[in-house]
Parts: sequence; C-alpha cells; structure tokens
Amino acid sequence: MTRLALILSTLTGVLFVAALVVGPAQIGVGESLRALVMGGDGPVPLVMREIRLPRALLAVMIGGSLGLAGAAMQGYLRNPLADPGLIGVSGSAALGAVLAIQTGLAAAFAFALPMAALAGALVGVFLVLVLAGPRGSSLTLILAGIAISALAGAATSLVLNLSPNPFAANEIVFWMMGSLADRSMTHVWIALPLILIGSVMLVALARGLDALTLGEDAAEAMGIGLRRLRLTLIFGTAAVVGASTAVAGAIGFVGLVVPHLLRPFVGAQPGRLLWASALGGAAMVLAADIFVRMILPDRDLKLGVVTALIGAPLFLHLIYRTRRDGL
Amino acid sequence: MSLLILESFSVFRGPCDILRDVDLTVAAGEVVGIIGPNGVGKTSLMRGALGLLVSKGHSSLAALSPRARGQAVAWLPQAREIAWPMSVERLVMLGRTPHLGAGQRATEADIAAVDRALQRMDLGGFRERIATQLSGGEQARALIARALAQETPLLMADEPIAGLDPAYQIGTMQTFVSLAEEGHSVIVSLHDLGLAARHCTRLVVIGGGGIVADGTPRAVLTPDLLRETFGISAFLQDTPDGLVFQAMGVVG
Repeated sequence: MTRLALILSTLTGVLFVAALVVGPAQIGVGESLRALVMGGDGPVPLVMREIRLPRALLAVMIGGSLGLAGAAMQGYLRNPLADPGLIGVSGSAALGAVLAIQTGLAAAFAFALPMAALAGALVGVFLVLVLAGPRGSSLTLILAGIAISALAGAATSLVLNLSPNPFAANEIVFWMMGSLADRSMTHVWIALPLILIGSVMLVALARGLDALTLGEDAAEAMGIGLRRLRLTLIFGTAAVVGASTAVAGAIGFVGLVVPHLLRPFVGAQPGRLLWASALGGAAMVLAADIFVRMILPDRDLKLGVVTALIGAPLFLHLIYRTRRDGL
Repeated sequence: MSLLILESFSVFRGPCDILRDVDLTVAAGEVVGIIGPNGVGKTSLMRGALGLLVSKGHSSLAALSPRARGQAVAWLPQAREIAWPMSVERLVMLGRTPHLGAGQRATEADIAAVDRALQRMDLGGFRERIATQLSGGEQARALIARALAQETPLLMADEPIAGLDPAYQIGTMQTFVSLAEEGHSVIVSLHDLGLAARHCTRLVVIGGGGIVADGTPRAVLTPDLLRETFGISAFLQDTPDGLVFQAMGVVG
C-alpha cells in the first residue's frame, strides 16, 4: 500500500515538474524553475507563473478530481463501468458554459463562462436530487443521471443547431473537447475551493464504500448510513466534477479508466482505491497535457481528445482482460 | 440478558403490513430457528427487527444507533453479494467495520477476530484467494466468516446454509451451536427442518402474518402444525443421537 502511494506520488511529482518545463517558449529547465521560485521581472517569470503554473496545477486538480469521483462512483454503484459524468453534472455544466458562449456572456465578462458552467452544474445536481431523492436504490440515481445527461445533451445540440453565429458554434465545439490551454490562476482559484470541499467529502466515504461490497443491506446493518452516504457522494461528485468541467470543459475517460486500472493494486478495496485513483488521475491528466504540447504544439490539440484517444484503447484492453479472467 | 426484544411489532412493505403484533424475546445462549413456508415473512421479520424495513412497535435493535447496532448484531443477508474481486481475508475484515472509528486502521484485536472467523469456517487456506473466483458454497462460507468476524452478541442469518454441501451445512449449524454455548445467540432462518430440529434450541414458526408456534423443536413440530402451516406430513422421533426429522409427503 505504501509502496503504491510512493510510486504514484513520485510519478505525479515528476510529471508536475515536467509539465512546468515543457512549452512553446523554449526556456531551459534550470532557468524556468528558478524563475518560478524566485520570481522577478521579465518574460520568463511571467510565463512560468501566469501560464505554466496554473496549467500544471489545474491538471493535478482536475485529474485528481476525476479519478477520485470515478472511484467513488464505481464503489457506490458497485459497477466498474460507472463514470463521474453519470449523475449528469458534467453534461449540465457543459450546457451552462455553452449558453454563456452562445449568448455572448462569455465574451462580455471575464469568467462568465466558468461561472455559468457552475450554475449549470448546480441546476443539474438539484434535478438529480429531485428525481432520485435522498433515499432509494442506486438504480434510481443512474436513471436520473442518464435522463439529465440526455436532456442537457439535447439542449446543447439545440443551441448548436439554432446558432446563427458560426464562430460561436465553432467555439462551443472546441470548448466541449476540453482543454487546459490559456487558463490563468483565477481559474485555479475558482475551482480550488469546490474541489477541496468535494474531495474531503468523497475521501470520507472510504469505509462506507468498503462495506457496500457486501450489498446495501449488509452495509446498513454494519452501521453505514446509506442515505447520508448517497447525499455525500452526490454533492462531493457534483462539486469536483462541476468545478473541473467549468474550468476545463469535458475531459472524458479519466474517471472511468484510472480506477479500473489501479483496482488490482489496492486489493480491489473501494476505499483504498479513492486516494490511489486521485493520484493516478492527476498523473494521467498531467501526462496527457504534456503530450498535447509536445506532439502538435502549433495545432492546439485538445486535452479531452487525447484522454479519449489514450483512454478508449486502454479501456478495450481492460475489457479484454476482464473477459479473459472470467470475472 | 435479552439480546432481542420485539413487542407488538409490525412490519410493513408499502402500505400493507406483512407481520402483525409479533412478540419475541431472544436470550443469550439460544439458537433460534425461524421456519415457515416461502413468502410468509421470515426475512421481513429479521430485516424489520434490524430497522431495515418500515415497522411499528418496539424492537430493541432498531432502537439502537447505527453504530451500536453494528456492534450488537451481525446480519447475514440471503443475497450473497461480493461486488469486487478482493481476497477472502479482506472480505472477512469488512466485518470489523462497526468496531473501527473513522479512518482507524485494523488493530491486533481486529486481525485476531478475522483469524478466529476464518478458522471457524475452515477457510484458513483461502486467505489470499480472490473471493469472487470461489465456488458458490465457498463464497457462502466466506460471507458467514465475515459475519462471525463482527463478533457480536447476536448473529442473524437468512438461509445461510442454502447451497452448502451436507458436511458444511452440519458444520455451520454446529458453529452456531458452539457460539451459543459461548454465550452468543443466533437467529437463523432455515428451510431444512431436519437440521433445524437437530441443532436449534428453539424454533419460531411464522405463518399467516404472525408467529404460529414458538418452543423447543420437539414441542413445535407437531403433526397438526406441519400439516396446517407447511402442508406436509413427517417422521419425527427422539433417538440416542438426538431428534430425527424427515419430511415424508405433501398433504391436503
């Protein structure tokens, strides 16, 4: 356990430093890190502190959020195919952002876009609670989430469909692909409180998720309050996923693949998978964001496209392995 | 000392009551077999007593806080769920959940409890095996071990021996008897009246929305009761090896 924690933390740390020293501005490793720490005038500290640092921080925060929320969702639903987007929060956050772009709000005010996305996420989580309620089975939560995702997706398509402005439509499509390019420290400050609060909530679920391995009845009889667990899961997931989507757009497959990949290394225990997936998710998004900048630096390759390109084949491999093991 | 007290206890599923005005007290050192035909509410009685179903009246267990209840009674549901491919040892350790504080790691005492439970269910060689890859009967034994690891005064088990081979069926019932001899109590629902007659100290027969009979196996398993409640005739005799029950035929 400690060895896995060490490996994942080291990997995340190394990738974080790599993310800081890789970029279109050709700055030496020593020089860039010195500028980051010491500050000073001139372009190098500016690039480091205003462009690369927020980008690397967001990669850690968002990757960690998605990994953590994915592990929590899979643990709660006892289904390895569950994904943090399942409760409809990412879809409704995207709708909020799309509306902000379409109405011109995003261009009129700084940070109107992430704020509108957060408002969308809030509406989404409210609808999930109304539809699925604080009680009830995990199935009602899945169904409510699917319904809200479908509705938000349809509304997003409608906006695109009726958009009289091809530039806005273009911007919407690119935004929805998910990216960390051109984010500032303000984006970090917008997302950080929600991600911190949501993460604390989700990490607190560890024991309850472990007990749920034996089914809802057995877990409840062992003193796990299912009602509270469910509410904590919904709010925690909504906070981290809503905040992530608001600042970076939709980044898929991280929350699905990372828990699946790390499960064998934590003895399949859902509680221990939480922190492992958070670290693994941070590492995956950092790696993908470095990849984006190294492969096609001039073409603005979108992060969400790369995570899907890495994630989908990995997922296929996992399905193949699962089938082979006969599980 | 009473481990479970039910007074004028009714259990509801939706608007309908399944069981009405049940009174039941279980003391320490008993192996109580809950018997009755399919669908009369054996499971509902146990889940209601635990506070997992809507109920009316008094249940000493449902009145406890969730954590205190987890330390007072271990519940082994009929559905044998093991959601993740974890090792048998880890699975059994889940039984220690009510004894651990938030974020607390397993102590020596918890590990010892898991060892005892594995020993009792003859799972010593299965520690590292992945629970989901075991046979159905082996999974059932691992789940019984999980409930034993909880080390509560009372164990409630819903058809724990269904699907086990005869040796483990008898072995599990004997484990329950030895738990009772150590001062614990076991409430177990069963369909095998032969095993119930031999190993339970007391039988509670459920039928028609309440308790039909309650007493020692010899007193409860009368020809009249078997005919009216179960619709069967049976052979029942005291032998030097204990009470022998064998269902013979369907009547009425």
